[in-house]
Amino acid sequence: MSSDDVNKGRRRFLVATTSVVGGVGIGIAAIPFIKSWMPSAKAQAGGAPVEVNISKLKEGQLLKVQWRGQTIGVLRRSPEMVSNLARVDDQLADPESVNAIQPKYVEGEQRALNPEILVVNMHCTHLGCVPQMIPQVGPQPFDANWNGGFYCPCHKSKFDLSGRVFRGVPAPTNLTIPPYSFLDDRTVMIGVSPQGAA
Amino acid sequence: MKKLAIYLFIATMLLPVASLTVSASGGAGIEHSGANINDRGSLQRGAKWYVNYCLGCHSLAYMRYNRLAEDLGLTEDMVMQNLVDSDAKFGDTMDISMHPEQSKAWFGKAPPDLSLIGRSRGADWVFSYLRGFYQDESGGWNNTVLENASMPHVLWQLQGIQKPVYRQETGEGGFVHEVIDHFVLATPGTQTPQEYEETARDIAAFLDYAGEPAKLKRKSIGVWVILFLALFTFIAYLLKAEYWRDVH
Amino acid sequence: MAKFTSSVSKGAGSFMNWLDDRLPVTSFWNAVMIGYQAPKNFNFWYYMGSLALLVLVIQIFSGILLAMHYKPSAAEAFASVEYIMRDVEWGWLIRYMHTTGASFFFVLIYLHMFRSLLYGSHKAPRELLWVFGMLIYVVLMAEAFLGYILPWGQMSYWGAQVIINLFGAIPTIGEPLTQWIRGDFFISDATLNRFFALHVIAVPLALMGLVLLHLVALRENGSNNPDGIDIKKNKGPDGTPVDGIPFHPYYTVKDIFGVGFFLVLFSFVLFLWPEAGGLFLEHDNFVPANPLVTPEHIKPVWYFTPFYAILKAVPDKLLGVITMGASVAILFFLPWIDRSPVRSIRYKGTWYKVLLAMFTIAFVRLGLLGMAEGTPAQTWEMRVWTLVYFMFFVLLFFMSPGGKTKPEPDRVTH
Repeated sequence: MSSDDVNKGRRRFLVATTSVVGGVGIGIAAIPFIKSWMPSAKAQAGGAPVEVNISKLKEGQLLKVQWRGQTIGVLRRSPEMVSNLARVDDQLADPESVNAIQPKYVEGEQRALNPEILVVNMHCTHLGCVPQMIPQVGPQPFDANWNGGFYCPCHKSKFDLSGRVFRGVPAPTNLTIPPYSFLDDRTVMIGVSPQGAA
Repeated sequence: MKKLAIYLFIATMLLPVASLTVSASGGAGIEHSGANINDRGSLQRGAKWYVNYCLGCHSLAYMRYNRLAEDLGLTEDMVMQNLVDSDAKFGDTMDISMHPEQSKAWFGKAPPDLSLIGRSRGADWVFSYLRGFYQDESGGWNNTVLENASMPHVLWQLQGIQKPVYRQETGEGGFVHEVIDHFVLATPGTQTPQEYEETARDIAAFLDYAGEPAKLKRKSIGVWVILFLALFTFIAYLLKAEYWRDVH
Repeated sequence: MAKFTSSVSKGAGSFMNWLDDRLPVTSFWNAVMIGYQAPKNFNFWYYMGSLALLVLVIQIFSGILLAMHYKPSAAEAFASVEYIMRDVEWGWLIRYMHTTGASFFFVLIYLHMFRSLLYGSHKAPRELLWVFGMLIYVVLMAEAFLGYILPWGQMSYWGAQVIINLFGAIPTIGEPLTQWIRGDFFISDATLNRFFALHVIAVPLALMGLVLLHLVALRENGSNNPDGIDIKKNKGPDGTPVDGIPFHPYYTVKDIFGVGFFLVLFSFVLFLWPEAGGLFLEHDNFVPANPLVTPEHIKPVWYFTPFYAILKAVPDKLLGVITMGASVAILFFLPWIDRSPVRSIRYKGTWYKVLLAMFTIAFVRLGLLGMAEGTPAQTWEMRVWTLVYFMFFVLLFFMSPGGKTKPEPDRVTH
């Protein structure tokens, strides 16, 4: 009887060891196959950063480029536009961009590295249409006290000149700010954060 | 009887089968290159030669600059400054601007893409090919490895100009013809023969690498995989032996 | 700790009860694994079946992953394979798994079939088991042929050209038939795309169905063994064969060891020698398919070369096709050709050992010759070995009923 017990113990040990080593093997072996679903070198190249020359960009002018399948807008704001941003704070759903998707290095109501240049993902956060940019201050058919910003014709969502969403519209959050940085004064690099930034 | 069968089997297998090996690296005048893809310096030099002398006509359409950088230990700046002439980006493939129709018109045949020549022909072939150019009687370029190749000897300034010395050979049925016995360097190049040999070896090594960039990594990973599996097999054997003590 | 584990196992137990009331899980496991009495004297030759099943799983798994990146069009196929090799993370590993698996599949299957020739596993009552196995073999050859065209290299294209043209040898319907197979007047994008669909979906389904039938047929009569004797003839007091042991745990544990050893060999090739000197991945196939340039030397992958040699041995095209077909077809009839009263080679006279040795040498030799250029001397040699190949079956048929045998034991030996 005692020899049986010893056998059983040894068997349990060997079964356990084989299972553990085998399990570890299968776990490690799974990694390459799961990783094969990651974007390939080709996709990475296609999603490479986009350089935008803003030397000819005038105040109030919006430049649109494609990055990773998204339309990104680069807007040159006048100092007036920047200082007027505070005016609509009480009409906004998220003026401090608490719930917005944006890099840590853009803050406050300006949501930009350089307040004059807004880099924003142009897809309405409701269902993805690209809003119109209407920078002029003045009454609009959709808003008597329009202070300048983005208006989405699909379902009438409104965003200010920092892409912050108004209350009472279908879009739930502010427009997304993509990672970006300045190569120099005249070049924005969309897709790359500034050195040393989060 | 079983032994007899085994001996018969082995005997038949050892029957001379000279013509049965059809390997890519066999054939006319193929020398052993000594190309070593583990030699990073060689690969880097080979890349430099290739970009300067070959990439004008021969694309490497499946090779990306950033992959080259990673595998050869080069920085993005090094690659972009030294290896990229066009407005290609770091993640792009090593394409050429020449159109295949244009090249066909100029050379008679579009220069092929060389991404896979390391696998279809092998490093030894490339090495021998680069060393096999000579000026024949017509004054044009010919090659011992690829007879009547349309390609001129783009490296002639480095190697110099070789001219063949012929000898008579009697073939089957008494037919006498001329074969190339050896070469003579009629015009020297900027490189000594040893330097040119190293250049050819570096280019061969580079193209060997370019044919399968994953080769270095797969061998080193493979060793670990096999060791792990050997361990697993050993433990599995112990398990099997333990249970099989019951039997008989 | 004891309370936790016992409540976990109680929970597991009640879950199994719930499941067993709705699906015959435990009874199935008991029947096929614990209740399946296998002979206790299985040797080296008895690993191949379970390993072949493993390779089937490997091929399906790696194949699905490849199909996520591969593009089945003449314009993009070749480039997509290089994309997998270079741009897809770990793509090279998946690709090599699939090419290594394909060749290993045939190694295992040939060894698996050879086992049957050694121990008479094809004989009654296992004739249908053998026939299902032969069907698996033929379907596997089709699967390999279809798969080989997909990289769209020179050998893919020209190998397909040669093999499809064989159908053109059939009188009257030959030409329209080849057009129907190709979907075009020459091998083109249409051919590639449909071969892709067949290779990825249709044939694997057929293969899996046949493997299932093969296993069910095996279970019906139980396994043969190296001594070729029927273990069911000798039952113990509990009704199970005295020379039998339950498949689980004894053969599960043995097969796990077999899997480990096999994976070492498999990994050696995959990581250190994937081209296998041009046998598993042919050099010419790294050149994109070019209808205008014929390769110096067209040959099929190594596992087809014995039959290719038989084809080349016969000077006439149609007769060559028929002979090649016959060389595969004749194997189906082995259970009825082998009329020996005894199953295993161990209890047959020397006559069988010589016959089998000659057959094996012929098969291997034909394989080597099938890879060669086909000089006149080689062609004559191919004819000799083709004759030996067929003579194996002829002689077996006539010599097996009266051939010398030794007395079979009552109990299995080692």
